[in-house]
Amino acid sequence: MAVIEFQNVTKCFSRSGGSKLLRVFLQERLQKRHQDVFCALKDVSFRVEEGESLAVIGANGAGKSTLLSLVAGLTRPNEGRMEVNGKVAALLELGTGFHPDLTGEENVYLNASILGLSRKRTAECYNAIVDFSGIGDFIYQPIRTYSSGMVMRLAFAVAIHVEPDILIIDEVLAVGDQSFQAKCFERICELKRAGKTLLFVSHVPEMVKQLCDHSIWLEHGRVKAAGPPEEVLAAYGATG
Amino acid sequence: MWNGDYSFVLSNLVKKDFKVRYRNMSLGVLWSVLNPLVTMGALAFVFTIIFPSSAHPHMAVFLLCGLVPFNFFAMAWNTGTGSLMDNYSIMKRVTVPRELFPVATVLGNCVHMLIQIGILFAFTLGSGLGVNRHWIWLPYVWFMEIVFVCGLAMATSAINVYIRDTRYVVESVNTIMFYFVPIFYSYDRVPPQIQDIVHYNPLAAMILALRNILWSGIAPGWPLIGKLTLCSLLTLGAGFLLFRRLKAGFFDHM
Repeated sequence: MAVIEFQNVTKCFSRSGGSKLLRVFLQERLQKRHQDVFCALKDVSFRVEEGESLAVIGANGAGKSTLLSLVAGLTRPNEGRMEVNGKVAALLELGTGFHPDLTGEENVYLNASILGLSRKRTAECYNAIVDFSGIGDFIYQPIRTYSSGMVMRLAFAVAIHVEPDILIIDEVLAVGDQSFQAKCFERICELKRAGKTLLFVSHVPEMVKQLCDHSIWLEHGRVKAAGPPEEVLAAYGATG
Repeated sequence: MWNGDYSFVLSNLVKKDFKVRYRNMSLGVLWSVLNPLVTMGALAFVFTIIFPSSAHPHMAVFLLCGLVPFNFFAMAWNTGTGSLMDNYSIMKRVTVPRELFPVATVLGNCVHMLIQIGILFAFTLGSGLGVNRHWIWLPYVWFMEIVFVCGLAMATSAINVYIRDTRYVVESVNTIMFYFVPIFYSYDRVPPQIQDIVHYNPLAAMILALRNILWSGIAPGWPLIGKLTLCSLLTLGAGFLLFRRLKAGFFDHM
């Protein structure tokens, strides 16, 4: 049974950004003007089986983030069918909910709760999270005193302790120094070995080849190529 | 799809609001105390010296019975309306149940309200008005106000995602509301035709109930409590349903 399945999925957004001021809202209602739409995904189909890892590659604006938002359950497709079976953890951004005035400790608890960790599990993992991040005593300082690398390391340390069936990662691995990146990569490999399903957006060909069984190439919202990572990467690279 | 710990998120969001608000202020929590005192002082001056016919015995308590609930109502509804947009970055990335944001904001304001209730009690006891058996109604009455504001905040926060002016509309309504609830005048001044309608405004009903209990020392009365309960629960229900209805489009409209 496929863990993620997209069948002819189309997702469009209103070009005006959707946010309405009252006068724009009334104008559109009164003038019955057809809203400009921008379709981020057009007729996209793919399957991911349990335990597989899929890489999504493509240029900026190709629709990768929209695809991940759909799988994460943040929004629904306009057309087509989408099925996701299993608990999803989406690392679409590191440090969601982080506030600069709160200490590292307070932010860890807040971020963990937002990502879906229970009170109990957060308390259990707290020490492991702090150790993994390498922040040390700075954990008691407000994070506005941290370097950006420290913030990212702390955020990743929390994120890596979420235990999903499906893990979605959006270009967030390029943080920290070599040793930290290696630590993160190793943790993700562990999850893969444990049979978790992975959906991965990255521009780093080596990681894609190492981690992923399949790959799709998105261009302007359509699936331009699909298959083993080497093939798709070669086709993507060939366009220069 | 999100199966995290609701109460954990709620408590973290409330703590965040509280800490962020006070950590950078030199006087800290003291601001919560100063605000109603200053307003009360100003109103007391105007309505005892400038309009002496509007003076009441135990003026401080009379005014605070209106000011404390009103301050909570206005702050909670204002910040609650903006709560979804203020948490835009979280909503765009994680499927945390959206209801938690307006509720957390309202509950966060409850903490400030507790401080101000303390001042209200201090003045009540200090004025010699003493504790009476009707004080038992106080937790219920406060609870109904929280229920009412939650309902309003859920409704307006959801609408605010689609129509960003909603925040400003709510602020204006609150400014006007200051005059339409009996904060600095007594209920008898309201014309008889309107008196019943005023009762249906849970904020006004609540202020009157407080005044009855603390200032007059009498029971709030069943018609008042009944209308307060009914309107608060209806508002919560309507707000919740409207929120549910509008929830699906939040992501696309942010």
